[in-house]
Amino acid sequence: MKKSNGYSIEVSNLTKKFGDFVAVDSISFQVKKGEIFGFLGANGAGKSTAMRMLCGLLSPTSGEATVGGYDIFSETEKVKRSIGYMSQKFSLYEDLTIGENIEFYGGIYGLSKLQIKEKTEQLLEKFQLTEKRKSLISSLPLGWKQKLAFSVAIVHNPEIVFLDEPTGGVDPITRRQFWELIYEATNSGVTVFVTTHYMDEAEYCDRISMMSEGKIMAIGSPRDLKSEYSSSNVDEIFVKIARGGGK
Amino acid sequence: MKQFRAFVIKEFYHILRDYRTLLILLAMPPILILLFGYTITNEIQDAKIAILDYSKDATTSSIKSKLLAGNYFKLEYELNGLDEVEAIFRKGSIREAIVFESNFEENLAKTGIANIRIIADATDPNTASTLLSYTSSIIKSYLDEINENVEMPYSINTEIRMRYNEELRGAYLFVPGLITVILMLVSAMMTSISITREKELGTMESLLVSPMQPLQIIIAKMLPYLFLAIIDAVIILIVGNAVFGVPVRGSVLLLMVEGILFIITALSLGLLISTITSSQQVALMMSLMGLMLPTIILSGFIYPISNMPQIIQWLTHLIPAKWFNLIIKSIMLKGAGLDILWKETLILAGFAVFFISLSLKKFNIRLQK
Amino acid sequence: MRNIKIILVKEFRQIFRNKQMLFILTFMPVLQLVILANAATFEMKDIKIAFVDNDLSSASRQMIGKFEGSNYFTIAGHLESEKQAEQALDKGECDLYLAIPNHFERDLMREGASPASIVVNAIDGSKASLSAQYTNSVINDFMQGFTADNIGYSSKASNLNLLKKINISYANWFNPELNYQAFMVPGLLVLLVSLVGMFVSGMNIVREKEIGTIEQLNVTPIKKYELIVGKLFPFWVLGIFELAVGLSIGKLLYDIPIVGSLPLLFLFGGVFLLLVLGIGFLISTTADTQQQSMFITWFFTVVFILLSGLFTSIENMPNWAKIITYFNPLRYFMEAVRMILLKGSGFSDISFHFIVVCCYGLVINVLATLMYRKTN
Repeated sequence: MKKSNGYSIEVSNLTKKFGDFVAVDSISFQVKKGEIFGFLGANGAGKSTAMRMLCGLLSPTSGEATVGGYDIFSETEKVKRSIGYMSQKFSLYEDLTIGENIEFYGGIYGLSKLQIKEKTEQLLEKFQLTEKRKSLISSLPLGWKQKLAFSVAIVHNPEIVFLDEPTGGVDPITRRQFWELIYEATNSGVTVFVTTHYMDEAEYCDRISMMSEGKIMAIGSPRDLKSEYSSSNVDEIFVKIARGGGK
Repeated sequence: MKQFRAFVIKEFYHILRDYRTLLILLAMPPILILLFGYTITNEIQDAKIAILDYSKDATTSSIKSKLLAGNYFKLEYELNGLDEVEAIFRKGSIREAIVFESNFEENLAKTGIANIRIIADATDPNTASTLLSYTSSIIKSYLDEINENVEMPYSINTEIRMRYNEELRGAYLFVPGLITVILMLVSAMMTSISITREKELGTMESLLVSPMQPLQIIIAKMLPYLFLAIIDAVIILIVGNAVFGVPVRGSVLLLMVEGILFIITALSLGLLISTITSSQQVALMMSLMGLMLPTIILSGFIYPISNMPQIIQWLTHLIPAKWFNLIIKSIMLKGAGLDILWKETLILAGFAVFFISLSLKKFNIRLQK
Repeated sequence: MRNIKIILVKEFRQIFRNKQMLFILTFMPVLQLVILANAATFEMKDIKIAFVDNDLSSASRQMIGKFEGSNYFTIAGHLESEKQAEQALDKGECDLYLAIPNHFERDLMREGASPASIVVNAIDGSKASLSAQYTNSVINDFMQGFTADNIGYSSKASNLNLLKKINISYANWFNPELNYQAFMVPGLLVLLVSLVGMFVSGMNIVREKEIGTIEQLNVTPIKKYELIVGKLFPFWVLGIFELAVGLSIGKLLYDIPIVGSLPLLFLFGGVFLLLVLGIGFLISTTADTQQQSMFITWFFTVVFILLSGLFTSIENMPNWAKIITYFNPLRYFMEAVRMILLKGSGFSDISFHFIVVCCYGLVINVLATLMYRKTN
């Protein structure tokens, strides 16, 4: 049953083991509606595993979690209807045009022909790509591809969008533009769950959690965490946690 | 040179890491040789036949038992009338129906002539004619027995000697052929995939900007596969020799050198495919769809090239596997040396040079873009 | 249904966009069919024969002359010695040689018999025994003429009447002219259709895995069966299309007989394609990379092709191998196509084949669906 209590994501004691290796070790947190929630940590800290469980790509070993009010164990397909997802690997089809990608992904989420057409025009307009209407994704620069991938991931107006290291490998200017897109999306009420290992991006989030070795070591708004750890930036907090959790 | 070495080592690591692929590449050839060495044969065995005997006398039954004595034929049906033949053919498995006329024995004794009619299911004409010649030679040998005491006015006693393969073993033809086909396909496939894979994953770009020469990159990419393919070649040669008793009458060293030359040719064909295709998918389809059947059919592995129409015989000159198949059979079975095989060897080498220089050209064009 | 349509649109777009691929999928099989159908025959011709005539008599010349008139032989040369002939055999300049001894004619006339030897390159055993057979029959032919000409000189002339003879007459049903193309064209067509089907479906899912788009698909609410149907249907259409084109070419170019029912053939073909595509898909779901998937698919296709009974017949195989061929989908379609096209076999004749292919297809596709996981 769909619950509604102001939280988009609720996680308690979620655990994922691969054999003997505990990738995610009993984590718990909540994400409010319309929030930008950052998931920080070094490579291999368990961020992606946690996110993939929430998206229904991996099944958890134990624990409980709801996404958009749906249980991720029993209502995977309903979860999938209410989320958008953009992975580390590039997720648009390179051999299709922008419009064709929107038509495909929009179609799967049940958008009507008319809606798809409107969305396509909107996006082309927004990114000033009207002339490139007929060009294949493969011909676009990486920055554009990533921005488009994000726009396509939320083409069906999901309640929550999961972004897995969305800004890997792009220049700082494009990263800034990308975050502008994220803000724009939250203004219309979307909850954003983003993993990153760029510490400066953490400043853009409403709240962040820091993961290390499968556990959440700290959670809170960047400002609160900074004062809690008496640090001037998130980077320092991270180093402190990594060295042994001293405040 | 140091750079080059580092690069080759990196390539080796790539291959050794992906142990699943490695296992496939090393296990597949011996499995295929073992499987096909036993199964690919055109020695007739257990061909299902039907017999319609209108006469049912002592002579027909001794001919019948002669027919069924070897492993060649297996009697499935004894028929009562000609009208049954069509129905059993339509059902499938019967290859041939043998009809003895009525009063067979009597005719043979009185007039000296009796008649047998053979009806073949000629949907597979190759098998049909082979079966026919087996059947008639068995009948002929029966005749020779009953005519044993009749001395002919004039006769030539032909002595037939089967050179290179006295016992007419199928393995002598098919094992070298299999080695050729498998080496060709595996080698071409390996390089065509691995290089397009780098292109597709974007790692090729970083190689292209490195200070290494294109030829060095190409050689470094090919070396580990050359190594792998040589291991494959050794394994299948040993299996062919130990299990199927196919001898190596010529020089083993020469065989290895020719084998390496052939592998290089096949690897460079794969390389060429990889330089002209855009994605792994296309490269794979080219090296699989494009090479598999032509190599099997046009290399002389199963079908003798001399039976083919002239135009197609010319076409087979373009199949590198055909040349190696000639070479390997000559070395293994005839004990031939370079004095006989220099032409074929040069042609193979020519193919390799042609493929490599063409890929280099394509490679350089991409670099300039 | 709607989702399936959406996936279909996307898949068709991707197929038609890749021109190289489209060429390989359509033109290449057709080209191969046209060329290779001519190449695959055991029908002997142009056996290269060399002669070592140590007698140089009129009888030996007459015998050699008989070979010149035969369709099966081409004369590779008249050599001085058997040593030369051995070398010619080594170099592959001749397939066999006939050595006629000194005093051949004299012995024939005086003793009524003379030896002669035939030495054959026997690497290809069956070709060798056929060649020897043909050589013998040309020699017999010569002997009949020789006997008729010289019967007056022989004391054993009356023996000829004691000889028993069995006349063998032949009838080649369904294909009286032994047109091997009628056999090869349908067979090759089956191979090509299966190859295309297995390769494309074998690469499909794993390609999306490697590019990364599969994750994006897996977080969508697409159902597994929708994805599989959507992905396999285009290739099914392609397969049916190729079957139709191939048959038309066979009919127009090689005049292969179409005795049986075409709808039955296509019904069988349709089910068979589902099976083949399912196998490719199953491999695709288990592999990590396209490379792996292709090597595995390659392995199976080589086995399927060489054990299909097209090139060498299944009966000749040892028993354990015959059992293996029952797991070879190509075997069933190969036999069914031949039966329907050339013999006009009806549904009841091929019902066993049909049922096996149906069940096999069902099992494989269910297995593939189960193996494909949206959630790990």
